Order: sequence, then structure tokens, then C-alpha cells
Amino acid sequence: MKVVVLVKQTFATEARIELDESGEIISSRVKKVVNPYDEFAVEEAIQLVERKQAEKAAVLSLGNTETQEGLRQCLAMGVDEAVLIDESGMGGADSSITAELLAAALKKIGFDLILSGYVAVDDNAAQVPMRVAEILGIPHVNVVSRLEVQENSVKAWREADGRTEVLATQLPCLVTADKSLNKPRYPTLPNIMKAKKKPLATYTPADLGVDLKSPGCRVVRHFLPAGRAGAHLFDGTPSEAAAALVSALRNEAKVV
Amino acid sequence: MAEKIIVLAEVQNGALRKNTPQLVDVARRLKSNAESRIILVLAGPKIESVATEAAGLPVDQVVRLEHDQAWQGTSEEILETLHAARQELEGDILVLGNTSLGKEIGPCLAQRWGWGMISDVIRLEDHQGKPTFIRPCYAGKVFDEIEMLQPQFVLTVRSNAFPPAENDGRQAEILERVIALPKDALKTSLVEVVERPTGKVELTEADVIVSGGMGVKGPEGFEFLKPLAEVLGAAIGSSRAAVLAGFIHPSHQVGQTGKTVSPSLYIACGISGAIQHKAGMSTSKCIVAINKDPDAPIFEFADYGIVGDLFEVVPHLTEEFRKILQS
Ligand SMILES: Cc1cc2nc3c(=O)[nH]c(=O)nc-3n(C[C@H](O)[C@H](O)[C@H](O)COP(=O)(O)OP(=O)(O)OC[C@H]3O[C@@H](n4cnc5c(N)ncnc54)[C@H](O)[C@@H]3O)c2cc1C
Repeated sequence: MKVVVLVKQTFATEARIELDESGEIISSRVKKVVNPYDEFAVEEAIQLVERKQAEKAAVLSLGNTETQEGLRQCLAMGVDEAVLIDESGMGGADSSITAELLAAALKKIGFDLILSGYVAVDDNAAQVPMRVAEILGIPHVNVVSRLEVQENSVKAWREADGRTEVLATQLPCLVTADKSLNKPRYPTLPNIMKAKKKPLATYTPADLGVDLKSPGCRVVRHFLPAGRAGAHLFDGTPSEAAAALVSALRNEAKVV
Repeated sequence: MAEKIIVLAEVQNGALRKNTPQLVDVARRLKSNAESRIILVLAGPKIESVATEAAGLPVDQVVRLEHDQAWQGTSEEILETLHAARQELEGDILVLGNTSLGKEIGPCLAQRWGWGMISDVIRLEDHQGKPTFIRPCYAGKVFDEIEMLQPQFVLTVRSNAFPPAENDGRQAEILERVIALPKDALKTSLVEVVERPTGKVELTEADVIVSGGMGVKGPEGFEFLKPLAEVLGAAIGSSRAAVLAGFIHPSHQVGQTGKTVSPSLYIACGISGAIQHKAGMSTSKCIVAINKDPDAPIFEFADYGIVGDLFEVVPHLTEEFRKILQS
């Protein structure tokens, strides 16, 4: 069985976001990491190989040369091979185009189980994995906190609103990871060295024969949320402060 | 053009989910003219009281969809039922909550139908006469204003970001349809459901959240916050550190790798205000921080604060709220 993990390189979660004069997000100074949710998926794939439930684990990403760093990190964690679809020169891809490209690459490299984080912490859209499953015509289980892989099927615990659902479906399928799936490992130094020799293939959209549609929506502008002024602090004894706070919440903020 | 706006209402614990009137509010704002129609869709087995409640909302029609196979209650069934009813519903815009269900079926339907999609909408605006959609990215550090270029699209809407549409005194007509699903449409089976004891109020929908961090010191600390939450009818949230320390179940975690919440009032007790925590709650209308460290970052983005020991302050707060709420 072959597991392919979809990963995305994103801004580090502690990154400060700034806009340049033309209103574009400044990305050059920002530290990039593998999307934290995708790391759970990578860890799960490695464990499946370690438990001999899968023969091979690969990572697949749409990105640019910078993304290689993230892919190397996944290789150092323990996946066997990496595939990059280089989108440089495409001028950005929306969720639908991204999904088309990933699905085309998946068909090319083959898969039995596709894993991915359920959302990327940068664009927060949570669309790509579900769209990929649709294009490939395979079932999916979204936001999974525990996964059991059997011969031809999977059993997945999914955190739905207010309840946990245990779902079963057939392979091939796509499963997205929630944070409680596992605890991703850190790459060790020997594995970082080994990762340098593991295969990293690069495709262009043209190699995949994908017809690039024009995007379905357009960003009119990015803007920073209005900053809050800083808290109005209430002093005095705990009882005085509490009384003043509750009064402000009722009369000023009008939220209670 | 008079568009047809489909709003999917969710049913939770046998009742209409709290975000439903908010979704109807979004649909009303999207109506481009008086001929535009709003259809509220319920998918699932018949629940009389839910249909009646739904029909009281200011919509043109309520359509209850059921499929012709045994109903298990998976999101795949709702997905396939909506898809199979596509011709009949003839919608142009599909409005979903940015909930477990909406996040799952929204992208699937957009992909299948060749529609556009915008996730996690928190505001509607106007750009040169065309409607635009505001959504947070980079964990709320940047907002994007998006213009839809396709005539047909799916939206998922953040809970509590829009006011509830008020009932207009009329009852909309209720249609019932049983949709024939292709034999092999359902590929996923529900093996088991574990209802989670998250308290009565769903975190992402709660109007008030009382949240605890490492400052509460242990699982007993969350018990200590409960009277305050009870007086306010609040849900309990937590920081990730408190989850990792085993103080509370992960389903309570607020933040970048937890839930995104937007309540009217968010009370953070013993939470430092790390950027990843802020990511999940910065669109709350009013943020209150109780922290013994005057330099805790949370005071930079809270609206109100008390510098002090939460174990001393919280009981007084509970008492003060009780006075005003029970008088
Ligand atoms: C990839 C990534 C994702 C993350 N995702 C999330 C996320 O989703 N949500 C999240 O919350 N965090 C997340 N974090 C963790 C985040 O960086 C912080 O570590 C975490 O939010 C800190 O939790 P805390 O505020 O409870 O703990 P601390 O930072 O330890 O703060 C405890 C606070 O309690 C105060 N305190 C102590 N005792 C008392 C008392 N008696 N009375 C009053 N105040 C007291 C202290 O002054 C301090 O400010 C993430 C981190 C990473 C790297």
C-alpha cells in the first residue's frame, strides 16, 4: 500500500504579518514551516510504514523552490520520497486549481491512501483536500483524530461538532488530520543527513497536462484588522474590580 | 437576475442549530432584488418542531430532504442528498455554516458543480457596487476582501459573525421531498457515535465563553471556573497548554490548532495570550482578561482586564454577574 501525504509550506504560526505599500503580504522575511496540521498527516504515514501496514510513504506539495525545504523536513521525519509541483510563474493558484494539480500528480504517482491536514493555517480555507477527493472520485473522512487502517478499508474517529463519529470506508480514500491524531516527531540529525539522498521529483503544471482555468474569485485587498486599544484595567480589591468590570460589560460594552 | 439562495440548516440534538437564523441573515443581505428567493433546506428524517421553527424564519420556502435509503446521519448522506436534489433546487448560491458539516460538504459541492467557494466569511461589504466577502487568513492576522467572479458559489459563514434574522410573523410553506440516491452513492458507514460531554453550549456557537489556561493550575481549576460559566450560560474554552497538560479535553481548545470562536464575550482566565491562542478568538466582540501578570500579552488585545489572581477574582465576578442577571 502506498500512502501519499499532501503538504503545504506556510508561514510559521508566530510570524508577524505585514503588508507592503501595494497592500501585498510581505513573505520574504517570514520563517516558513510545514503546515502544522500536515505534520500530523506526515507522522501518521510514517507510522503506517513502520508498522508495515504500508510499503511506502510519499509527500506531495504545490509550491516553489522554497518548498523543497519543507519537503526535506518531511523526508528527514521519515517519508520515503517527495514530489513538488513547481508553481513558480503561475501567479498563484486558488483552491480549485491547486486541487486539480494535486489530483493530476496523484494519478501520476499512484496512491492507496491520501492523508493531509484538514486545513492550512495560512489561508484557512480548508477546501483543497475535499476537492482532491472529489476530483479523484474517492471517499473521504474529514478532521480525523484517530485512524485504523485495515487491508482494504479504514476506520476513522472524527471530531464532528459536539460528537465523535467513528466512520468506516473503503480504500482508496482520503483522510484529513486533526491535531489530536498523533504527536509529530522531530527529525534527528542522522535522518536529516539521510534525507538529502532521498528522491525529490519536480513537475511543472505542463508536465501534468492540467488545463489551468482562471481563478473563480479575486482578492480585492488584504487589510490588517483594526488593533484594539489595549485593555481598560480595573484596580482595587478583587471585589471592587469585579464590580466595576461587570458594570462596564453591562453599560459600556453592552454584552451582558 | 433574481437569484435563488439555498441555506442549509443543520439539526443538532433534535433542534434547529443556533447559527441557522444567522445564515438566513446572510442570505437576506445577498438578495440582489425583490424577486430573489431564499430556500431553507433541512436534510434528514422528519422532526416536526424543527420544520415549524425553520418555517418561522424570514425565508420563502422550507424544503425538507430525505433520501430513499436507511438514514445513518453522516455528512456524506447530506452531501449526496443535496447533490441529487441539485436540479430540483436550482440554486445559485449555497449558504452553509463554517461548521464540521459545512467545511466538509462545501468544497465537495463547489468542486462537483463547478461553483466558486469562499470559506469562513465574517462580513459582507461592497466594492464598486458588487458584493464582496471578508474572511480572516493567517489566523486572523490579515483579513481578505474577496470578490466572487463566478455567478454561482458556496459560502461558509463563521458562527456568531452575523446577527440572527428575526422571524417575520409569517410561516413559510414546507415542502417534503424524498430523493432517490444512486445505489453506490454512499461509501461511508457510521460505525459508532460518541456524544461528547462538552456541556450544553457548543463552543463555536456560544455567545459567552469562559476560558482557562495554565493559570488555572489543574483540572480542578476548570471546575473552579464552572460557576462563572453557569451564571453566564457560557461554554468552557481553554488554551492549548492546558489541554497538553491534561487539564481538559482537546475539544475545548481555542486557537490556531483548536476551535475558532467569535462570541459576544470571551473571558480569558490565566491565559497569557500567545499569538496562536489569539488566532482563535480575536474576532470576539468583547475580550476580558484576568491574569496576575500585568505584562501578559493578552492585555494588549483585551478590551477589559483585571490584574490579579484568578482564584480571588473569579468568585467575585460570578457574584456580580449573578446580581445583575438574576435581578
Ligand atoms: C504550531 C502551534 C500551534 C499552537 N496552537 C495553539 C492553539 O490553538 N491554542 C492555544 O491556546 N495555544 C496554541 N499554541 C501554544 C501557544 O503558543 C501557547 O503556548 C499557549 O497558548 C499558552 O497557554 P497559556 O496561556 O494557558 O499558558 P501560559 O503561556 O503558561 O500562560 C499562563 C498565564 O497564566 C497566568 N497565571 C498564572 N497563575 C495565575 C493566577 N493564579 N491568576 C491569574 N493568572 C495566572 C500567567 O501570568 C500566564 O500569563 C500553539 C503553539 C504552536 C507552536
